[in-house]
Amino acid sequence: MITMKFVKNIAIALAAVAGLSGAALASAGADKHPMEMEWEFSGPFGKFDLASTQRGWQVYKQVCSNCHALKYFHFRNLSEIGYEENMIKAFAAEYTVAGDIDDAGDPTERAGRPEDAFPSPFANENAARASNGGALPPDLSLIIKARHDGANYVFSLLNGYEDAPAGHEIPAGKHYNAYFKGGAIAMAAPLSDGVLEYEDGTPATQEQMAKDVVNFLTFVGDPHMQTRHQLGVAIVLFLAFWAAVLFLSMKRLWKPVKEGKNFYEGK
Amino acid sequence: MTNEAEGGANRRDFLHVAAATMGGVGAVVAAWPFIDQMNPAKDTLALASVEVDISNIAPGEAVVVKWRGKPVFVRHRTEAEIEQARAVPIADLVDKQTDADRVQEGHADWLVVMGVCTHLGCVPLGTRSGEERGDFGGWFCPCHGSHYDTAGRIRKGPAPKNLEVPVYSFVNDNTVKIG
Amino acid sequence: MAEWKATKPNNKALAWVEERLPIISLVNNVVGKDTPTPRNLNYWWNFGSLAGLMLVIQIVTGVVIAMHYAANTGLAFDSVERFVRDVNYGYLIRAMHANGASFFFIAVYIHIFRGLYYGSYKAPRELVWMLGLVIMLLMMATAFMGYVLPWGQMSFWGATVITNLFSAIPVVGDSIVTLLWGGFSVDNPTLNRFFSLHYLLPFVLAGVVILHLWAKKISDSGNPLGIDVKSGADQIPFHPYYTVKDGFGVAVFLLIYMCYVTFMPDALGHPDNYIPANPMSTPDSIVPEWYFLPFYAILRSITFDIGIPFTDVVIVPAKLLGVLAMFGSIILLFFLPWLDTSKVRSTKFRPVYFWFFWILVADMVLLTIVGGKKPEGIWPVVGLIGTAYYFAHFLVVLPLLGKIEKTLPLPESIANPVIKAAE
Repeated sequence: MITMKFVKNIAIALAAVAGLSGAALASAGADKHPMEMEWEFSGPFGKFDLASTQRGWQVYKQVCSNCHALKYFHFRNLSEIGYEENMIKAFAAEYTVAGDIDDAGDPTERAGRPEDAFPSPFANENAARASNGGALPPDLSLIIKARHDGANYVFSLLNGYEDAPAGHEIPAGKHYNAYFKGGAIAMAAPLSDGVLEYEDGTPATQEQMAKDVVNFLTFVGDPHMQTRHQLGVAIVLFLAFWAAVLFLSMKRLWKPVKEGKNFYEGK
Repeated sequence: MTNEAEGGANRRDFLHVAAATMGGVGAVVAAWPFIDQMNPAKDTLALASVEVDISNIAPGEAVVVKWRGKPVFVRHRTEAEIEQARAVPIADLVDKQTDADRVQEGHADWLVVMGVCTHLGCVPLGTRSGEERGDFGGWFCPCHGSHYDTAGRIRKGPAPKNLEVPVYSFVNDNTVKIG
Repeated sequence: MAEWKATKPNNKALAWVEERLPIISLVNNVVGKDTPTPRNLNYWWNFGSLAGLMLVIQIVTGVVIAMHYAANTGLAFDSVERFVRDVNYGYLIRAMHANGASFFFIAVYIHIFRGLYYGSYKAPRELVWMLGLVIMLLMMATAFMGYVLPWGQMSFWGATVITNLFSAIPVVGDSIVTLLWGGFSVDNPTLNRFFSLHYLLPFVLAGVVILHLWAKKISDSGNPLGIDVKSGADQIPFHPYYTVKDGFGVAVFLLIYMCYVTFMPDALGHPDNYIPANPMSTPDSIVPEWYFLPFYAILRSITFDIGIPFTDVVIVPAKLLGVLAMFGSIILLFFLPWLDTSKVRSTKFRPVYFWFFWILVADMVLLTIVGGKKPEGIWPVVGLIGTAYYFAHFLVVLPLLGKIEKTLPLPESIANPVIKAAE
């Protein structure tokens, strides 16, 4: 009987592991495995690093937004990473968005407002491709969730530009990046030391900016993560306690059954 | 279930009550997200207030603004219209409100009212130039013939109340924030 | 056979209802104090109620999501993002629904393997088993169509690949595919009908669950010893014993489920589904959700045509054969009560079948892994071996083993098992 139990347990564990991780293990990511970074948002107690996220917003705004849209991000969302209403209004007002149709039937433009989505740098996909040598800069709203090991991947990619190894042919207009699938990426290295100056005085090294923008994009991709984590802890504590109480209740209830008392005989 | 009492497992045992109570409380708390999801979402709430540029509205003119899915009339009143509204004896009114009650101090020339007739919810005429303004120079509701004066108060017809004044404030001399 | 007991409620209002519609008797006779249930059910028997719980969670969260979802190719992806980002608790409810599908399958698969281990499909419970298989098929159809609704890359290409399976059917295959699509590719009409059916099928499924429980009531629950109930001493009332035990299972299962929902909601999903569907570009590899992987592996394992040897005549092309194998692997299970010739239900008393059971479990795990790999290197061969065993298990091992296996002596009764004396 002991061996039977043992075999059972092993088989169950295997089934669980294979079942749960099968999909995750399944498909291949970039050519080179991304660097493993420590992120403040990972794990069940993970939180947003607000200072870094705010710097990341600056990086996105000054560098990435020249080519990459962020369609699911609205200026009002900035309040969730610690900006005041008047600052958000000022950020929004820096951009021009499409307004209503005027009385003459012509399209109008107006300054952005907090409720507006971040305007796309290009009018449409074809315009984006035309300006980028045929390549389409992807929308970054969900980029962290849309790549395997997204945070590490984006961080690695931003720091992964180097000279192509000998014999690795890079087509014209492409750049070598070991973390990108195939190694040839249309985007030129977007970050380099001192490409911008941080408002909070943090030295703007390439690595710092890459880390900050990943923090920002993680927030944009999963804005409720921190709330969800906190809710999760409360739910887990409640369920664990309830399970314990139910277990004791069950044990007490079942005691006479386990002792062999009858319930239906003689009724 | 006499057997149970003999076995020492009483139905009213604290453990059983605690387990059932926790289940019940958990279910009630868990219901909240499923109810709250029907409340206005964040993008809806973000549009809960609108800012209106009033610098282009000449005295005597008015504009219609869409706010929370309904029309709001913003009217730049002339001196004569303000006079006319102030001159009405309060006793003559159906819904007794003074003109000063319906405008903001220091901005008596601006009248902001919901464009929804208090009778059955039609949109009264009188905002756009050329529309009929009714017997009292304010608005006229074509559905059942309610007449409103230059302070948006009901003067004649079936409507029971004055046109509602929404919550609004002057951000500066040129901008009104409704909501 | 189970006898029906009428309940006479003391409460006057309840008695009034009961006289006109014996709904209280119904509950009491299926999961109540008038439901005699074997006293020896172990924790593997918890997974039926857990599957029921997941069905309820899926319907409730699904109805809520439908309040915000737009079934239109131009709006679907955005409407899901809006639900998650802006609607109150949308992030929670969506994660519950997406992970709920996985946990529904976990509960159902364990429930099915419990049935396989303890011979729950054998007479007189054949219909309970077959209705259960109908539930599983409905679940698969529902899950597949639900996965299409967010209109991400994996949604779109999964729909394309799976609907294209029907093109393998001779003569009418292409017409069937066009009919399924409502056009010449997976597009807006497809999305609309999938939404409609994704909403409908769970309620059909719930109906079949009632039949499943009804059939179970008629034939009584099985039990780990696999022997029939002899007397009242073998039984205890379902309520409160199994209601409390099921409640404990619910708390533990919800605990694991909510860990996924709140701490790693995307762990079971595929990142490509966060890229909006693009009919002009196929992802690197198309991988179904984990619960379809064994069947997907069976589908892909067949890469050879069947024809007349040494000629070019093809009788069954590989594509059709793969599709037949995949559907056949499930249809086969409907015949299980007759394929298994052993009179002994529980594997506890079948020392040889015991090993074959665990080989089958390992085989399913293997097929799950193969289904997730690209069909390169050794994987196609491994997949073919896994598929071969799967069919051999049901078509060869089970019929033969019942005839030749020397089973262990069965206990006299549940209340007085000989096995206990032996230990």
